[in-house]
Amino acid sequence: MSRRRRCKRQLVKFIQHIHQLVTGTLNSDNEDEEQDRTVVRRRRPVDLERLLNQSRFTKRELQILYRGFKSECPSGLVNEDTFKTIYAQFFPGGDVSKYAHFLFSAFDTDQNGIVIFEEFVRGLSVLLRGSAEEKLCWAFNLYDLNKDGHISKEEMLDVMKAIYDIMGKNIPPLLKEEAPRQHVELFFQKMDQNQDGVVTVEEFIDTCQKDENIMKSIGIFENNI
Amino acid sequence: MATGVAAWLPFARAAAIGWMPVANCPMPPAPREHSKKQDELIILNVSGRRFQTWRTTLDRYPDTLLGSTEKEFFYNEETKEYFFDRDPDAFRSVLNFYRTGKLHYPRYECISAFDEELAFFGIIPEIIGDCCYEEYKDRKRENAERLMDDQEENKDSKLPNMNFRETMWRAFENPHTSTMALVFYYVTGFFIAVSVITNVVETVPCGSTPNQKDVPCGERYTVAFFCMDTACVMIFTVEYLLRLFAAPSRYRFMRSVMSIIDVVAILPYYIGLVMTNNEDVSGAFVTLRVFRVFRIFKFSRHSQGLRILGYTLKSCASELGFLLFSLTMAIIIFATVMFYAEKGSSSSKFTSIPASFWYTIVTMTTLGYGDMVPKTIAGKIFGSICSLSGVLVIALPVPVIVSNFSRIYHQNQRADKRRAQKVQKARLARIRIAKKGSSNAYLQSKRNGLLNELLDLTGSEEEEQHMNKTSSLLESQHHHLLHCLEKTTAHEFVDEQLFEQNCVEGAQFSRSPSLSSQEGFTGTCCTRRSRKRIPLPNASLSTTHTHTHTQGLQELSAIHIQCGDQPSLSTSSRSSLNMKSSERSRINCRGQQITTAVISLPSPTNFPPDGDGHGPANPIPAPPTINTTTSSNIVKVSAL
Repeated sequence: MSRRRRCKRQLVKFIQHIHQLVTGTLNSDNEDEEQDRTVVRRRRPVDLERLLNQSRFTKRELQILYRGFKSECPSGLVNEDTFKTIYAQFFPGGDVSKYAHFLFSAFDTDQNGIVIFEEFVRGLSVLLRGSAEEKLCWAFNLYDLNKDGHISKEEMLDVMKAIYDIMGKNIPPLLKEEAPRQHVELFFQKMDQNQDGVVTVEEFIDTCQKDENIMKSIGIFENNI
Repeated sequence: MATGVAAWLPFARAAAIGWMPVANCPMPPAPREHSKKQDELIILNVSGRRFQTWRTTLDRYPDTLLGSTEKEFFYNEETKEYFFDRDPDAFRSVLNFYRTGKLHYPRYECISAFDEELAFFGIIPEIIGDCCYEEYKDRKRENAERLMDDQEENKDSKLPNMNFRETMWRAFENPHTSTMALVFYYVTGFFIAVSVITNVVETVPCGSTPNQKDVPCGERYTVAFFCMDTACVMIFTVEYLLRLFAAPSRYRFMRSVMSIIDVVAILPYYIGLVMTNNEDVSGAFVTLRVFRVFRIFKFSRHSQGLRILGYTLKSCASELGFLLFSLTMAIIIFATVMFYAEKGSSSSKFTSIPASFWYTIVTMTTLGYGDMVPKTIAGKIFGSICSLSGVLVIALPVPVIVSNFSRIYHQNQRADKRRAQKVQKARLARIRIAKKGSSNAYLQSKRNGLLNELLDLTGSEEEEQHMNKTSSLLESQHHHLLHCLEKTTAHEFVDEQLFEQNCVEGAQFSRSPSLSSQEGFTGTCCTRRSRKRIPLPNASLSTTHTHTHTQGLQELSAIHIQCGDQPSLSTSSRSSLNMKSSERSRINCRGQQITTAVISLPSPTNFPPDGDGHGPANPIPAPPTINTTTSSNIVKVSAL
């Protein structure tokens, strides 16, 4: 049955070819029309007052943030590729694409593939001005790739590999497989209190709050702008 | 470091919180922010037109004039603005570069004026964005060519002392430089013409004697023609020898097309002289005379048009070759078809396929001599198809040659694009250096940091002035970020050159219980060091010796110990065997204080270089004078 259909389709194509040969139409003309119908994204203009209410930044800080944001992306929309390019410029010689992807998902709260300034500010507001618990929540959200409320070992391994990839060539390739795995083991030993193979939000926050180093490290990026 | 994305640095640092729960060591403290001054507007007055921008915009590129303190030279106290006496139109592009991170080349601008402006403001043109790069390069090349042409014209007028040989060569190449050269030029031209005409007239039948048929003039007036020929050949020989003598590179001259033509033009005569006696080879001798016609090609030295034609044909050689190939295919096809079509008819001239080639060629070029005609119906049908397709196939080369002829002026662009590709590669290499420069900058600052700590420990104050804390806040924040990453993954950024050695060595290490954790490590360090000496052949800038000590701790499978080093003050580039001054080893990070013990090793033992056959290590200056690697070695290009 399919063979007959294929035959028919090829016959139709052949006749179309002959027809085109005779009449001399160009194929490319048809294709151009389709491309014109690309989707033009529209977005609402960013409102400073609303952002002031939603985030914990001062007006001055928001101004600086927005100016930087807009100068790098004049359209005000950051898609994942631009994001990766920007992030990659901080880490020369490494491969940041995976980690940038995770970061992008963490910032893109409505998961539409585009980070707008509001989402950007919301994320930064948590990271720079949030309480320790909020920051830990954000970190948990980053690790929890499928957003199901648990961090499994595979998810953690992905994240760990992504982090190690940023170092790029500075890690000898022989260690490239081992180091993340061991790191993940260590992480799970520390975090997974009831040893059920996944880390929940409560376990995570609880363990982190008990660890001095982590609490101290989280606070070092406070006054950033 | 990346430039326009300096605005995103706060974001990147905030995102680093994602590493915190994963890391097992405490993070280094964040760099303190210096005076938190508000971002201010700077007024740049360029010849009366005022441009305003934020100070931070200009600070994005610290190694340009506007981004560094160099602009303070132009600060005008009364009006509180920076005054530049330059072209405001060109300044627009410069300022846009700071704003957007991309440098554009405006088309209306003169290329040399633009270059001057860029040079004034300390911006290298190689970072022109891709959108304008081609245009820029094209204009620059045109300009260079024009300048070269001008220079060549001027060069003729001024001759410093050139010796006789060079004078002669110039006289040969440019006949209008001196009167003698011009005379020589016309004389040779005349004799070429005479020789060609002689060859032609030789064969004309010259009047007959009653008892014989017409004889060609050559046989009638043999002696006269022979004398004329001899004279011409002598002149040509003398000319060739003179050119050979004067040529700057004889080997290249002998290989050039013109000299081959010269040789081919005069050789038949000499061969004829040698072989006149032998009767057997007289047939070959006659053939050689054909080559005398090549003398006409000697005219190409005198005629620019001939040279261009030859160059055109050479340049479309590939197209013509392809056309010839397709023509051959068509000929073979049609000849075969005609042969088999005409096989049936009697007394057909199409005796074989090669015999049909002649018919096919004549038909396809629409000549139609009529010496071979098909007689069968099939033959006539295929013959008509052949002539119709011949029109199509023969018509194809003509536009090719025409377009090539018109394209010949832009022919040199292809060679220049190839050169541009090399420039492109250089440009990419420069951008790569910039990228590496940023990581090198990080390593550099780490070493500075190490030495800082060393100085803190030893308490020597006077060295601190040498440490110039020129790195901006942005840079220090960036380095802090990279440092956090290192801590998280428990690996360090190392020099790329060492990467391969790391690969090799990384395999060899197994875990061994951490011994020297608490106190001095140098004992083990030193003894192991001599084993793992890694001489770097190109380490003119800096060498880091990497050891890998293992520790018994679970979380760190390999610790890289980076040893900063100092290049010796000598300028030898092979100073890799020089010793380093400070070394520190990191111990386990489980909540304990990291003691940085710095041991300066004044060692200058001669390490047996592995394969590095250069001289022994230079003696080191005394340890207390620690000179840091100057930042002049690190190329920080404000590209990207």
